[in-house]
Amino acid sequence: MSVALTNSVQVTTRYVRAFLRQPYYVVGTLVQPLIWLLLFGQLFQRATQLPGFSAGSYIAFLTPGVIVMSALLSAGWSGTSYIIDMERGVMNRFLVSPARRGALISGQLVYQAGMVLLQSLIILGLGLLLGARFAGGIASILVLLIGTMLLGAAFAAFSNALALLLRKQESLIALNVTLVLPLTFLSSTLLPVNLMPGWMQVVARFNPVNWAVEVGRQTLSSSIDWSLIGVHLAELLALLLVCAWFSILAFRAYRRSV
Amino acid sequence: METISSLPQSLPVLTPTISRLAVGTEGLVKTYPGGVQALKGVSISVRPGTVFALLGPNGAGKSTTVKILTTLSHPTSGRASIMGRDVVREPGQVRRLIGVIAQKSAVDLEATTAENLVLQGQLYGLSGAELRRRVDNLLTRFDLADARKRIARTLSGGMQRKLDVVMGLIHRPQVLFLDEPTTGLDPEARADMWREISRLAREDGLTVVLTTHYLEEADHLAQQVAIIDHGQVVVEGTPDGLKAELRGDAILVELADACPESNVRAALSILDSTLREVAIDGRVLRARVDSGASALPTVLAALDAAGIRASTATVARPSLDDVYLRYTGRSYATANQKEAIQ
Repeated sequence: MSVALTNSVQVTTRYVRAFLRQPYYVVGTLVQPLIWLLLFGQLFQRATQLPGFSAGSYIAFLTPGVIVMSALLSAGWSGTSYIIDMERGVMNRFLVSPARRGALISGQLVYQAGMVLLQSLIILGLGLLLGARFAGGIASILVLLIGTMLLGAAFAAFSNALALLLRKQESLIALNVTLVLPLTFLSSTLLPVNLMPGWMQVVARFNPVNWAVEVGRQTLSSSIDWSLIGVHLAELLALLLVCAWFSILAFRAYRRSV
Repeated sequence: METISSLPQSLPVLTPTISRLAVGTEGLVKTYPGGVQALKGVSISVRPGTVFALLGPNGAGKSTTVKILTTLSHPTSGRASIMGRDVVREPGQVRRLIGVIAQKSAVDLEATTAENLVLQGQLYGLSGAELRRRVDNLLTRFDLADARKRIARTLSGGMQRKLDVVMGLIHRPQVLFLDEPTTGLDPEARADMWREISRLAREDGLTVVLTTHYLEEADHLAQQVAIIDHGQVVVEGTPDGLKAELRGDAILVELADACPESNVRAALSILDSTLREVAIDGRVLRARVDSGASALPTVLAALDAAGIRASTATVARPSLDDVYLRYTGRSYATANQKEAIQ
């Protein structure tokens, strides 16, 4: 294995171990999506009767949306670990070591993507328990997971960049409050795009959250729209690259300011 | 003639003197964005296997110098090298040669003692049985073996500091940087740390560069001291050499009431031939004399004659504080207080 890859695995391991020591956090990632599923599932259960609503079961419609929304919510806090490391001096300890700089970034992003995957699988299981069925089969579920991980990693990289630039936990709170819920409501998480007002439909087209949700919705249909999936996954990948680049610039800015 | 022809063919990039040193800097300047000049041309030389102390008040430029030497920060101009390797051009090589123990503890609080140490070793390329042996040795040597499975958050401050030291040593560095190693430690933990630092230099042959704002720490540990003030080295030498340069004793008189400096100087003007390096700092008067015991009564009499009352008077052998006073024109304690207020 190359040094960069080895370092990256070592950094990921560090985060996984810390995660396993926080049982409350593990429980939290279970309970919160369950609340969303039950709450929205009950609130909007008759939405399926609306003209223009094509899905037959609201819980099946909602599950991919809650998966994406939960990924966003957990990835938004990603920068917290950088803030703690900067405050504790752990970041500088890593920087005076010969560890590859890129591995410090990629190891943390791999961990974030893994967390998103784990969380998504748990929510998927909850959705199935609550009666959701996915006609698209395994292939569509894989695509849902990939799209969600791309969005989660992109948002985590963005959160990291803000953390490196602003170095305050408050900045991440602001990010999560001002971005996550509006982006969620401006996507088809709760209602299909064709039931939205016209201007919202336009915004939704450029909303990365909606890209991931639309990809995930393909799980409902037995005839999967691969071209829609291809376009949105490419858009999400591009977003991830832009956000990763932004976080690298932020990392350089941090190093210059030391 | 023979010796000249047998010189190595490839000439070092750095000047020969700097390449033979464990740590060398030449005219190091650091200007931060916004124009703050933290270093104004710092040159130091540290010989291999010695303990070198950078002494100065907070904000003097000690930490900036260490950040440049440890590749965290780039100098605006000037050169710095570790074991002949340039810190800007060969940061990868330099990072393998140095161990760094930062001012603030850099322990990962969510990991155990052993996990902290193992990851640190892995980042330096150690693995397998070699890493395990090294971890076991260091934990035993520093009395941390019983704490190996404890989460670092539950360790005492002194133990966390030891873990910092152990992490700095895991890869057998040749030069160890200790930035304010004992700040915030209780006296017992400080004495413990001093013993360890001396032992590292003596038994392991490490070169130690230590920054401190405790005079007694530099005096106790270092073979060579550089006093740094406002981004410049004001004097460099051995603690004893620096003290020996100051002839005679120091006398210190504390005045009972505040009094204009000019009045004090006027009162002492008849003693011009006895007193040297007179410094008046608030209500504290310092001077250097050949013999403290005979000079002190005459100083007190001269002050009394001018109606200036003294509350305490002391005679002391020269200390590093006196060295500091001589080269910076102010007492060490005052300098630290002023920097702290700023």
